[in-house]
Amino acid sequence: MTAIELGLPTIGGLEGVPTTDEKQTAKDYKSDQEVRWCPGCGDYIILNAVQSFMPELGLKRENVVFVSGIGCSSRFPYYMNTYGVHSIHGRAPAIATGLATARPDLSVWVVTGDGDALSIGGNHLIHMLRRNVNLKVLLFNNRIYGLTKGQYSPTSEVGKVTKSTPMGSLDHPFNPISLAIGAEATFVARAMDSDRKGVTEVLRAAAQHRGTAVVEIYQNCPIFNDGAFDVLKEPGERDRRIIPLTHGEPIRFGAEGEYGVIRDPRTGTFSVRKVDEVGEDALVVHDATLEDPSYAFALSRLGGQDLEHTVTGVFRQVQRPTYDDLAREQVSAAKEAKSADLDALLRGKDTWTVIAD
Amino acid sequence: MSVSTPGRETEIRKLDRVVIRFAGDSGDGMQLTGDRFTSEAAAFGNDLATLPNFPAEIRAPAGTLPGVSSFQLHFADYDILTPGDRPDVLVAMNPAALKANIADLPPGGILIVNTDEFSKRALSKVGYGSDPLEDGSLEEFQVHKVAMATLTRAALEPTGLSKKDAERSKNMFALGLLSWMYHRPTEGTERFLREKFAKQPDIAEANVLAFRTGWNYGETTEAFAVTYEVAPAKLNAGTYRQITGNTALAYGIVAAGQRSELPVFLGTYPITPASDILHELSKHKNFGVTTFQAEDEIAAVGAALGASYGGALGVTTTSGPGVALKSETIGLAVMTELPLLVVAVQRGGPSTGLPTKTEQADLLQAMFGRNGEAPLPVIAPSTPADCFAAALEAAKIALTYRTPVMLLSDGYIANGSEPWLIPTTADLPDLRVEFASEPNAPDGSGEFWPYVRDPETLARPWAVPGTKGLEHRIGGLEKADGKGNISYDPDNHDKMVRLRQAKIDGVVVPDIEVEDPSGSADVLVLGWGSTYGPIGAACRRVRRQGMKIAHAHLRHLNPFPGNLGEVLRGYRKVVVPEMNLGQLALLLRAKYLVDVISRTKVSGLPYKAEELQDVFIEIVQGVQA
Ligand SMILES: Cc1ncc(C[n+]2csc(CCOP(=O)(O)OP(=O)(O)O)c2C)c(N)n1
Ligand code: SF4
Ligand SMILES: [Mg+2]
Repeated sequence: MTAIELGLPTIGGLEGVPTTDEKQTAKDYKSDQEVRWCPGCGDYIILNAVQSFMPELGLKRENVVFVSGIGCSSRFPYYMNTYGVHSIHGRAPAIATGLATARPDLSVWVVTGDGDALSIGGNHLIHMLRRNVNLKVLLFNNRIYGLTKGQYSPTSEVGKVTKSTPMGSLDHPFNPISLAIGAEATFVARAMDSDRKGVTEVLRAAAQHRGTAVVEIYQNCPIFNDGAFDVLKEPGERDRRIIPLTHGEPIRFGAEGEYGVIRDPRTGTFSVRKVDEVGEDALVVHDATLEDPSYAFALSRLGGQDLEHTVTGVFRQVQRPTYDDLAREQVSAAKEAKSADLDALLRGKDTWTVIAD
Repeated sequence: MSVSTPGRETEIRKLDRVVIRFAGDSGDGMQLTGDRFTSEAAAFGNDLATLPNFPAEIRAPAGTLPGVSSFQLHFADYDILTPGDRPDVLVAMNPAALKANIADLPPGGILIVNTDEFSKRALSKVGYGSDPLEDGSLEEFQVHKVAMATLTRAALEPTGLSKKDAERSKNMFALGLLSWMYHRPTEGTERFLREKFAKQPDIAEANVLAFRTGWNYGETTEAFAVTYEVAPAKLNAGTYRQITGNTALAYGIVAAGQRSELPVFLGTYPITPASDILHELSKHKNFGVTTFQAEDEIAAVGAALGASYGGALGVTTTSGPGVALKSETIGLAVMTELPLLVVAVQRGGPSTGLPTKTEQADLLQAMFGRNGEAPLPVIAPSTPADCFAAALEAAKIALTYRTPVMLLSDGYIANGSEPWLIPTTADLPDLRVEFASEPNAPDGSGEFWPYVRDPETLARPWAVPGTKGLEHRIGGLEKADGKGNISYDPDNHDKMVRLRQAKIDGVVVPDIEVEDPSGSADVLVLGWGSTYGPIGAACRRVRRQGMKIAHAHLRHLNPFPGNLGEVLRGYRKVVVPEMNLGQLALLLRAKYLVDVISRTKVSGLPYKAEELQDVFIEIVQGVQA
């Protein structure tokens, strides 16, 4: 899947960020810091994918900033040879919002975990999405709190036995994609850490998107939640569970393309059927550009906490003015309308003068 | 409108100062009335100070005690320090306003009552068994009963406005009457009304008419035998305007942006009594000010810090409950050593407390309300106009030392107003700082080390994204001295904690000055922040009674001025009045081992000069005995 051509005169996510002609390689994006994740952690694969992908954008490295919260995943900025802020738990969207609004010449990336983004930072996440700040968000979902050594998270399946839930967790999990679409995110995608090509493709599309682009990446934590996504990787299971999306094409999957997604005309909900039972024409043709979020939301409901099915690729990619562009426009318009005469401001309308006697 | 009245002689009495309090229902427009009278006094050249007092509810039930809103104004022909302890004149628009305020009116005081609201029902609503206007309970005052609503309605009849709309202008009737009594200029108010209601010309004219009716009522009825004159004050030469603390503070932030040549980024979340700073700043985008109304205080300060990291002057404004939410991010700003201006307009606490009332109980929160050793400079303005200079100074310290700075205002000075000698831009401090532009590693490796310090200020370089060759990572984890990489080394942590403390301890602040006309007082009053006016006025009164007393006022609460210990030790007794339970006293005792006398008040209302005077006299006499 490639970046979606909307055929509209839109400005890209990287507009205003200076580019370079110098050839870059993945190595240029590796910092001198020793990477300290556990051996086998899915974070390594994502880091490598990002470092390999960045040169393709051709940006000046000094104009790239990674901002993270707290968690294993949030160590990410230390390993990128760009500017970086490893901030506090859950607050990366807020800090990145201020930075992106103040600096249109930066490509700002937020790295966050399922706990960081959906527990403590849930409020900032939804407000960032509704504002549509020009930020790219990589949400590493390992369905566990890694850094604090293995408590259940807001994406853990009900009944999960962890250190903090010896009798099983009670709370119903979030589906991060549904949540983001519910908050009217303009770009929502999902990829698997093990699928380097899939990760790169959604990163590419996200980078070009102007507005908040959320990319959920399923990430294995071999220490505290090993094999959380194994059913999606096992050769026998993978093909019948993963539903890859391609814009403009019927939603069809399975080793032989034997499954497809159809829409219930009465409820608008989607379900999986055998193609030879319903016929090819009955399949939903994926359109990520639909304004109404109900479509993408219905798609996101195809995957539940049991991972019976998991939809990957770009769910939604629509254009909406970004908060940061609009905020800067207001400042420019105000500057144009009125000069910055500080003396006049301080004097105001009603003054009186006392004459020395 | 003419001042002389043919055929009628009113006596004109000259006064040096007057305190007027307008009180009514929160829907009666008392704040606007007070504001207008203030502008008239300002335009006339009086010195003045104001104290608005309003309920937290937008519209508390009409006619009830909790719904009373008032505005007190003190104007004089000399420089005054407070809005006055007690009114000389009380304007009461309804029984609730009378009941809530009458205790403050001294015997002989002038009471002007809108009789139209004194129905049986309205009286019993606030617990009056009998009508105070009839039962003799107000005998010790000079009572003027005026049917303001009826008179206003009658005058406005030709306009065709409904009864209800017409009555709404009765506050302008009251303003007109008082303007006549005190020989105030009226053009400003008429112009103001026409501008305010420019889109509803009939309402504008109705208000002007009500205002004139009030004036004419004074002029033509025999009820008022005396009018009063308060001559202009002899203030220092220059051009003045009237300004509230919140406006002055907002202007200080705009000026800081201009003088630092940096864009200003305000990240904030509405909260009383700080919201007006947001309202004001949002009007001045032409100065390169971005205002971001966040989803909460945590996001507000986060965005401000993010903007600072990007090279803007990051500012966040709030009150005590918001400071609590911002604490963790302020700690991050301490750790990442980025400039950040945190404005806290204090209100009554704890918790939601008294949103519209004043208090100074967030000093310790400002000083210590973060995890770990997280020192930051704390500055407190002393008067409404002083908020301007204090904001500039706070921004300068933040930019120079790369640190969050807490600016502690409070509800009293935020909403109060006074004349302000308008500065010229050229005289304002230069706030420009330089961003890092080159690798700085002391080992000559050609690397950039984000935690190499300026030997004088101990500030680290401000290296903003977009600067080639300075790519680096910062964050909340402990930093290796110099290089800035994550470090868990025990000795390094010990060193970094001490370095961050030393940087703040080393912030250059001016010595504290003591005001003691006698030069030989035994008792020093030490205050901070908004108690400046009442303490100063109380000291004047003590001195007028032939006693000696010294007054010093702290603007810098962290670090303290270098000479403070010496000053404290130079007096036999040091009194520290505060609107909390002794927070500054605690700091002084801890730091200087001086047994200061703590005097406190936490009623949500500012100190009265009178009550402080009694406290001071007792202590001065105790020392003498
Ligand atoms: C205010 C605050 N509360 C709690 C913590 C402890 N804490 C750090 S990371 C974390 C959860 C991380 O989970 P997630 O975001 O899923 O990241 P992961 O480690 O799994 O990548 C918690 C609870 C903290 N650092 N700060
Ligand atoms: S605890 Fe899990 S998520 Fe964290 S580094 Fe180790 S493997 Fe990765
Ligand atoms: Mg996690």
